Amino acid sequence: MTSSATALVDVQGLVKHFPGERGYFGMGRPRAAVRAVDDVSFAIMSGQTLGLVGESGCGKSTVGRSILRLIEPDAGRVVIDGLNVLTLGGRELRALRRRMQIVFQDPYGSLNPRLTVRQTLAEPLAIHRLATGADAERRIAALLQEVGLDPGFARSYAHELSGGQRQRVGIARALSVEPQFLVLDEPVSALDVSVQAQVLNLLADLQQRRRLTYLFIAHDLAVVKHVADHVAVMYLGKIVERAPAAALYAAPRHPYTASLLSAVPVPDPKAQRPRIVLTGEVPSPAHPPAGCPFHPRCPHPKKDGRCRTEPPALREVAPGQLAACHYAEEPL
Amino acid sequence: MTEPLLRVRDLKTYFVTEHGSGTARAVDGVSFDLYPGETLGLVGESGCGKTVTSLSVLRLIPEPPGHIRPGSFIEFAGRNLLTLPPRELRAIRGNQIAMIFQEPMTSLNPVFTVGDQIAEAAIVHQRLSRRAARARAIEMLKLVGIPDPAQRVDHYPHQMSGGMRQRVMIAMALVCHPKVLIADEPTTALDVTIQAQILELLERLQAELGMAVMLITHDLGVVAGSADRVVVMYAGQVVEQAPTPDLFARPLHPYTDGLLASVPRLDAPPARARGRLHAIPGQVPAASDWPGGCRFHPRCPYAWDRCRDEEPPLLDASTGEPGIHSVRCWLLTEPQRRTARPVP
Repeated sequence: MTSSATALVDVQGLVKHFPGERGYFGMGRPRAAVRAVDDVSFAIMSGQTLGLVGESGCGKSTVGRSILRLIEPDAGRVVIDGLNVLTLGGRELRALRRRMQIVFQDPYGSLNPRLTVRQTLAEPLAIHRLATGADAERRIAALLQEVGLDPGFARSYAHELSGGQRQRVGIARALSVEPQFLVLDEPVSALDVSVQAQVLNLLADLQQRRRLTYLFIAHDLAVVKHVADHVAVMYLGKIVERAPAAALYAAPRHPYTASLLSAVPVPDPKAQRPRIVLTGEVPSPAHPPAGCPFHPRCPHPKKDGRCRTEPPALREVAPGQLAACHYAEEPL
Repeated sequence: MTEPLLRVRDLKTYFVTEHGSGTARAVDGVSFDLYPGETLGLVGESGCGKTVTSLSVLRLIPEPPGHIRPGSFIEFAGRNLLTLPPRELRAIRGNQIAMIFQEPMTSLNPVFTVGDQIAEAAIVHQRLSRRAARARAIEMLKLVGIPDPAQRVDHYPHQMSGGMRQRVMIAMALVCHPKVLIADEPTTALDVTIQAQILELLERLQAELGMAVMLITHDLGVVAGSADRVVVMYAGQVVEQAPTPDLFARPLHPYTDGLLASVPRLDAPPARARGRLHAIPGQVPAASDWPGGCRFHPRCPYAWDRCRDEEPPLLDASTGEPGIHSVRCWLLTEPQRRTARPVP
């Protein structure tokens, strides 16, 4: 899935380093830079969903925000529908922003508490000069209906809504400018299971109806299995495995993917699955280990000196399936 | 069966609402038993009353605005914890019944070393000297799998990761070898690989120390892997309780059934993996305004007149030993109304 004709989103060699903080109230020597995103590449076909998964601090949210230039990446190329996002200036970037939007994790923190739902939804319409007055009212009512809310909610403030209702407003806000591409950054992880199912169904309906392309960022592998066509797994700022969802879940090739999958609790007491419990914790992205970044925790029986010194390249190990492991072909 | 260690009967914990005008019946007549050595899962979504139940057991409910209603009863070792004088309660709390919380970040004191915080309970309850308590703290850190315990004992919470802090919390709770451990969402704030480590640690410690665990969680996957029995809560009440294999094989309350069906599953067959999820319509009602009749009826696909008018009691649904599987649902009296899961 490299840059073919039908890829709506094409990301090549994306890099984002955050400078290290200075100790002693900003007067000491700066600490090592945090390599939050380190040479990340992927493409998303029009109308499809790429699931980007990993644990906290792996850089998945930074990828989502860098693509939209909510954070300025240090290097790389991001092409959305033929336009190079990273070289666009003010006016053109604003025009492009209409076509790419984001939905955030925290439905409590991402809505302005002083605005009514109507004001929240009217703002993007005004900024992009899409609708005003009675026309805006009509569109707001239609948007609310589309995300499964009664148009009467337009008069409500965020604090009057439940978590699920707020997330629907967040989705309506993103949809108001009629984007083609949505970054969904942990859109359901703050919600209860029954509400989570409602919102996941809504996202699936919207994708079909509006032919949307999704970058679905999440830590929950079961949720991602449910929504994604392709999956990319991140560890310490790098993609360690990328594959069609069916292949990745059926036969993960990177030992980190395999460990992650085996650690997910399954709601079935009869499921006797071999569980790989990783030892240790994710190292600091300011000081990633030499060689393969996963080697200190890797359970692979073939692990050897090569893993400690030579960083493995992300390479095709099965048709369409890429993994960054020297021993991806060997059984775990 | 052996005698229960902890017996909760008709627990009612109410709160005065913000404006002082209403009453939130957060926990409204909850009864269950906890047996020695078992893991009991207490499951439900936000606002169902599971955390308030666990805090009530240790009388950690702030009063006001909360209060435990007269008539509630929590028996531990032959005594009602709810009427115990504060001094005797303190001898039990943190000693025989201990608790770990969801947020390892905010539940540890930032200005004391983790060693001091682990040692405190041993000094208070077991009258250990400072030196002996410090040795015990190091031993506990080792028990919960923290590397270099002799150095780590002098570290402050901010010097540790989330997973490490949760291990410290567990060490604190277990320092007096409690008979009951209440674990309130112990892995919710953690990444999945760290969650697996903590669950395995709890399992190992439970086997080694022989304690009973009350595991409070919203995650049905965690329950399936760890609990012997499950209590499902909705709207301040127990709606179903059963041994874990029974509950997952034969969920009888429409809420339990709906909850299980709405979880995206890693073990879903590929054909079903991308279908629509079953969603329970609507949302959990507010604790100050529980619906009349069965509290689940506005969201229930089976509800009929009786459900709107009359609150169902917990009915026995056991196939084997009586009383081990009970359900708060009128469907039990009219099973012909239950069809294949209807589309809501």
